[in-house]
Amino acid sequence: MTFLEKVNERINEVPIQRCYHCRKCTAGCPMAEIMEYNPNKIIKMVQLGMEKAVLESKTIWLCASCETCVTRCPNEVDIARMMDVLREMALEGGSRIAEKNVVQFHESFLSSIKFGGRINEPLMMVLYKLKSGDLFSDVVMGVGMFLKGKLSLVSPRTKDISAVRNIFSKTKS
Amino acid sequence: MKVAYYPGCSLHGTAKEYGQSVKAVSRALGIELNEIEDWSCCGATSAHATNFKLSVALPARDLIKAQTGAEKEVMVPCAACFNRLKSAQHHLEHDEVLRKEVEAIVGSEYKKESLEIRNPIDLIYNDIGLEELVAKVVKPLTGLKPVSYYGCLLLRPPKICNFDNYENPVLLDKMMSAIGAEVKPWSYKTDCCGGSFTISKTSIVNNMVDKLMRSAREAGANCVVVACPVCMANLDMRASAGLELPVFYFTELLALSFGLKESSDWWKLHGVDPSSLLKSLQLI
Repeated sequence: MTFLEKVNERINEVPIQRCYHCRKCTAGCPMAEIMEYNPNKIIKMVQLGMEKAVLESKTIWLCASCETCVTRCPNEVDIARMMDVLREMALEGGSRIAEKNVVQFHESFLSSIKFGGRINEPLMMVLYKLKSGDLFSDVVMGVGMFLKGKLSLVSPRTKDISAVRNIFSKTKS
Repeated sequence: MKVAYYPGCSLHGTAKEYGQSVKAVSRALGIELNEIEDWSCCGATSAHATNFKLSVALPARDLIKAQTGAEKEVMVPCAACFNRLKSAQHHLEHDEVLRKEVEAIVGSEYKKESLEIRNPIDLIYNDIGLEELVAKVVKPLTGLKPVSYYGCLLLRPPKICNFDNYENPVLLDKMMSAIGAEVKPWSYKTDCCGGSFTISKTSIVNNMVDKLMRSAREAGANCVVVACPVCMANLDMRASAGLELPVFYFTELLALSFGLKESSDWWKLHGVDPSSLLKSLQLI
């Protein structure tokens, strides 16, 4: 199966080759200017089978999932869903991750759910800081929020935590 | 009216003023909220950005729990939860193979077409109505000049969210006008604030928020009104010095205009304390 076919199969909606490169996705993308390749280029690269370059690009991790692209695409290509698929493929295949902090954030967030069934924001931030080594940013803001009573160190958890952990183990994450 | 209620994680944490104001306003408007028993996190961006099946199975557990109750509608105030629950519902209703697989993962059956997922903006505007809102107002918000900021996840993608115009939404504006605020038109209602990059890519979010704040000021606003805990966190805490504006959850402003006394507890929870603005307008 080609890279394009694999991506299409996972998206399971309008195939990527329906894109006629009008670049409307890129015109409205709030992240395009800081991306390595803009969304339109990524689509072209998927069409051309440039698997390694796509999966190792910064772009897939800098997509904010704001869904503007798919909302405006005249051909209903789900570009936001394509970005999810590409990230999932990059993680599964062990590709070099160009934006480690973004992945470390997602891992910390999901670990926090696995722990309590619900996100405890201070716990999630501590996990992220330990993973990323970014220990000092926002500490003053965090203390300020704590003093205002906005951060609770203990928050209600899901009682049936085994049901939640079971979902994680059965979806292999 | 009685609806099921999914608060989501932030409404118990950093967005507690959103949770409290949703409850206060619902009480005042006669909307009874029945919290889904033992709900769990929807997975938010981190699930769908890394594991599709997880991103459907986590909300599926909550939807299945809600389906066991008597209510046919569930109110979801957090824009991110709203989006994830609606997306999961879309996939479960349109993909038989996936639905079977997710049912096996969660261990219970998902009943198709049995539950409507509603955002409080939609519910209050369409089911309660502006007339009823106006009738509750004891303190019109004269002098308050908000721009309404919807961000991304309440409206996009439209085939899933489907409750207001997705390029120029107006329901929040109409509600704010009804309670006496002078809503300013602007072109950034649905622009992105950077969402969860606020932790992993902070400087990007600083720039995005500054752009929003500059344009809100240009539009003549003295505050911003939101309906999303992530938008609130970013707009309220990531603007550069000199560009900040007070940011409110729309339910806080409804509560203030209804004269609900709980509202005085919320202002101190904001990064940019709105008290001085409200005092100068003699609203508190």
